[in-house]
Amino acid sequence: MSSYQQTIRDGMWNNNVAFVQLLGLCPLLAVSNTVINALGLGLATTLTLVATNVIVSMIRNIVRPEIRIPVFVLIIASVVTAIELAMNAWFHELYKILGIFIPLIVTNCSIIARAEAFASRNNVGLSFIDGLFMGLGFTAVLVLLGAMREGLGFGTLLSQAHLMFGEGARGMTIVLFEDYKGFLLAILPPGAFLGLGLLIALKNVIDKRAVENKTSAIHNQATAIS
Amino acid sequence: MAGMISSPHTHLRNSVTTAMLNVCYALIPGIAAHVYFFGSGLLINMTITIATALLTEAAILKLRKRPIKASLMDGSALVTAILIALSLPSMVPWWVPFIGTAFAMVFAKHLYGGLGQNPFNPAMVGFAVLLIAFPQEMTRWMPPQFLDIYHPTFIETLRYSLTGLLPAGYQLDALTMATPLDTMKIQLGLGQSVEAIQGSQAVMGKLAGMGWEWINLMFLLGGLWLIIKRIIGWQIPVAMLAGLTIMSLISFLVAPDSYASPLFHLLSGATMLGAFFIATDPVTASTTPRGRLIYGFCIGILIYIIRTWGGYPDAIAFAVLLMNMAVPTIDYYTQPRVFGHDKK
Repeated sequence: MSSYQQTIRDGMWNNNVAFVQLLGLCPLLAVSNTVINALGLGLATTLTLVATNVIVSMIRNIVRPEIRIPVFVLIIASVVTAIELAMNAWFHELYKILGIFIPLIVTNCSIIARAEAFASRNNVGLSFIDGLFMGLGFTAVLVLLGAMREGLGFGTLLSQAHLMFGEGARGMTIVLFEDYKGFLLAILPPGAFLGLGLLIALKNVIDKRAVENKTSAIHNQATAIS
Repeated sequence: MAGMISSPHTHLRNSVTTAMLNVCYALIPGIAAHVYFFGSGLLINMTITIATALLTEAAILKLRKRPIKASLMDGSALVTAILIALSLPSMVPWWVPFIGTAFAMVFAKHLYGGLGQNPFNPAMVGFAVLLIAFPQEMTRWMPPQFLDIYHPTFIETLRYSLTGLLPAGYQLDALTMATPLDTMKIQLGLGQSVEAIQGSQAVMGKLAGMGWEWINLMFLLGGLWLIIKRIIGWQIPVAMLAGLTIMSLISFLVAPDSYASPLFHLLSGATMLGAFFIATDPVTASTTPRGRLIYGFCIGILIYIIRTWGGYPDAIAFAVLLMNMAVPTIDYYTQPRVFGHDKK
């Protein structure tokens, strides 16, 4: 059985939805053109993951294995519908921008993947943590990619923050470059693919460095002992 | 080994470097014609692209811990840089050639593994990135020097490239003009006939666009020299020009008023540059004899389709990139039969 710590580490880094599992790429690539869009969709996905993981985990002993997938799909669909209605009510402007990608959370493969691979086999507490940190890991990548694309493409960060944090947040927008002409490629789909590719490469480099450091540390210890 | 001196053991040292240098020599007539008709902006852009290409190549070779000097001297970066410069309008800010070339070297060439490994033509990737990222800068073409409007001097062009300052009293729109290909498309859209367009529009020359017809003929000359020197095979250029000719001939015969003649297409835009210097890139083109014919022919057809019904100023880059994707499939199905083996 997985421990809480291990689950958290898996969700954020070792088994990150976007970096390692490469799931949910369609919304990831489509709405990561600004930080606020990315954050909005990331949090909506996290909420969905937590809710579906908890519900699936609670009913895991009642549902017969033959029909578990349709049941999971029904649960996910109801949760997403509820979140969609909630966003429409409270974040209406953001809801309009994210558009089809809110209802499409239902098709995000990471959600059914977590339900099937984790929540249906673990207790409620662990499933909650798994959903939360898988979602946060996904959100982190989305926001990072959104920051890269928005910074390069428009020369700003956190523009339109009022869509999420209310009118008081209008001043949160950071202008990176004054009088920036814009690099359209970063905003267009190729920018999303390039950005994600570079981020995954960066993660692999960091992992490789970590392994090398560990082995050289062990090696040093061994030589010190001998 | 010293004992083996019977004839004929003279051989030509046909390395990558000599091939690439010969390609550069063959480009000279076309470049000269380009400068003659459209001013010295090309030379400024070319200086920037070459410097960028060599610097980025050196930097990334150092990062990859590869021998720097050998790869830098092979001339492939030089050819890429020149091709990018040739595809740019002559008055652009310095960062346009810089970003295009850096992107071509880093993303299109070295991320795939460097010379010989890249599936897409680096120069065309650089151009496509620029066209998509900076549509305004990339579609401001200067008119030929012989039209009666103000032409910026070398110093003014250089100043615009470095600082973005225009000659006093001029707007950029007043210095630029639609290219012959654009003019043809726009005027046809307005219901003009081809004959009327070629007779009345100032940018049109005797055969195709003013200036462009000569530039294309000069590239044709350089390309033929490359074929005679056996630096490039004849299949791709011939097939590509044939594809373009056949497509335009069919349309022209059906409706000569609303479709430009094959000659116009052959001598407009970057047709000859594309046929002899871009599509023939030895790394990204098909390698089998029959495959080259198919590859070139499809590029020709795509060029006609994108030019006639697409929304971009010219079509060489997208046609070549699309066919680059098809190269592995073409090569797979056109493997020559080894002598003595059965047909599969």
